Amino acid sequence: MYNFEFEQPTTVADAVKALSEEDAQALGGGQTLLPTMKQRLAMPSKLVSLTAIDEIKGVKKDGDQLVIGGGTTHGTVAREAAASYPGLAGLASKIGDPAVRNRGTMGGSLANNDPSACYPAALLASGGTVVTDRREIAADDYFQGMFTTALEEGEIITAVKLPIPEKSNYQKFEQPASRFPLVGVFVAKYAGGVRVAVTGASNEGVFRWTEAEEALSGDFSASALEGLSASAEGMISDIHGSSEYRAHLIGVMTKRAVTAAA
Amino acid sequence: MTSVKMTVNGKSVSGEVEGRTLLVSFLREQAGLTGTHVGCDTSQCGACLVHVNGDAVKSCTMLALEAEGAEVATIEGQANADGSLNVIQQAFQDHHGLQCGFCTPGMVMSAAALLKENPKPSETEIREYLQGNICRCTGYHNIVKAVLAASGQDVGAIAAE
Ligand SMILES: Cc1cc2nc3c(=O)[nH]c(=O)nc-3n(C[C@H](O)[C@H](O)[C@H](O)COP(=O)(O)OP(=O)(O)OC[C@H]3O[C@@H](n4cnc5c(N)ncnc54)[C@H](O)[C@@H]3O)c2cc1C
Ligand code: FES
Ligand code: FES
Repeated sequence: MYNFEFEQPTTVADAVKALSEEDAQALGGGQTLLPTMKQRLAMPSKLVSLTAIDEIKGVKKDGDQLVIGGGTTHGTVAREAAASYPGLAGLASKIGDPAVRNRGTMGGSLANNDPSACYPAALLASGGTVVTDRREIAADDYFQGMFTTALEEGEIITAVKLPIPEKSNYQKFEQPASRFPLVGVFVAKYAGGVRVAVTGASNEGVFRWTEAEEALSGDFSASALEGLSASAEGMISDIHGSSEYRAHLIGVMTKRAVTAAA
Repeated sequence: MTSVKMTVNGKSVSGEVEGRTLLVSFLREQAGLTGTHVGCDTSQCGACLVHVNGDAVKSCTMLALEAEGAEVATIEGQANADGSLNVIQQAFQDHHGLQCGFCTPGMVMSAAALLKENPKPSETEIREYLQGNICRCTGYHNIVKAVLAASGQDVGAIAAE
């Protein structure tokens, strides 16, 4: 890893200022960025740690939404969202391992938008909103393809707002070596309809499986999905699984998620 | 270089580090505590697992400067005050929870974090919790037995095939 300057501001305003310098980059839990820097795939001249900013941490219920600070760790989400949004807490409790969950953050996961990351599926299936230091971005506009988001240079995710569904569940088919999902499906049922988001499968990153959403909005049961299959076109194909295999898993994981939804 | 100061196993430790100095490098090279191992350096294996302010973290994936002012616990601080092995360490010895021993400091620290949070974990909970700790020698069964024993539970029933 190349050397860099390290700063640890305690307010969002100071962090934004520090990030306005050229080649400065935000550091969340470091569970993705530090390994990337060790491989010299990223070489910022300055890291601005967000871990000392209390105003972007925590889980709170605000009416029918859950508001989660961008600096909240996966472990905290797993514990504190368990009562209000069990589908989300279940997802968080299976990211990586306990030590990764003690450091990795909601904001870091969403900013990185790894095509196999778990949280993007929760945000998209919840029809949530990303709150930054300068604006609010709807989930449907936020994800713009593998490792690409609507965030600008130096923009900080301060929170996400997630409408709490009536029922939800996340099913992850784990790639055993990395423990990332080979395919993950998040299903969320709202009064106004069902949303289904798929991660791990597509070359474009997380996406909504709209055919399944329509079928489930009429009849929220695994049998409503009989005969539906996701297309293998545009799906990731690698040593862990072909695009056809991933497409097949989408159907299987969606059915399991509907059956398990609580 | 920037100065950094933290409490490690109850003692104050300070030093001069670069931005990129990892917590594990600080512990091994400056604090002289080489019990914390580097197995992979890619956050996969857990050999470097320590506690920072009570939470299990992989010290190869945390900067020394991020631990400024923190309470850090490593394997060197685990033995009882009289130098005898603590309950978890003794259980690893009794149940042959180690062979080469390279993963053991991380396993013991991980087990300690688990038992603090969940004093009587089931076999499944132990296996799940230790997912981020890799052992190339034991095949895990004896590690799981050791953790069950350390929590005061019967190890007879564990799946051993
Ligand atoms: C062994 C292992 C297993 C894992 N398994 C999984 C898994 O199963 N599922 C999964 O989803 N993830 C998994 N991860 C990734 C983990 O969830 C990361 O914590 C997460 O992707 C990144 O979060 P972070 O806080 O560590 O971000 P960092 O690594 O600090 O940063 C990642 C990126 O986000 C930017 N950033 C960080 N915080 C913010 C913010 N608040 N606003 C704007 N930009 C920000 C950084 O500049 C950087 O570009 C795993 C990681 C490891 C090491
Ligand atoms: S050395 Fe840190 S996880 Fe392997
Ligand atoms: S005892 Fe050798 S790696 Fe675990």
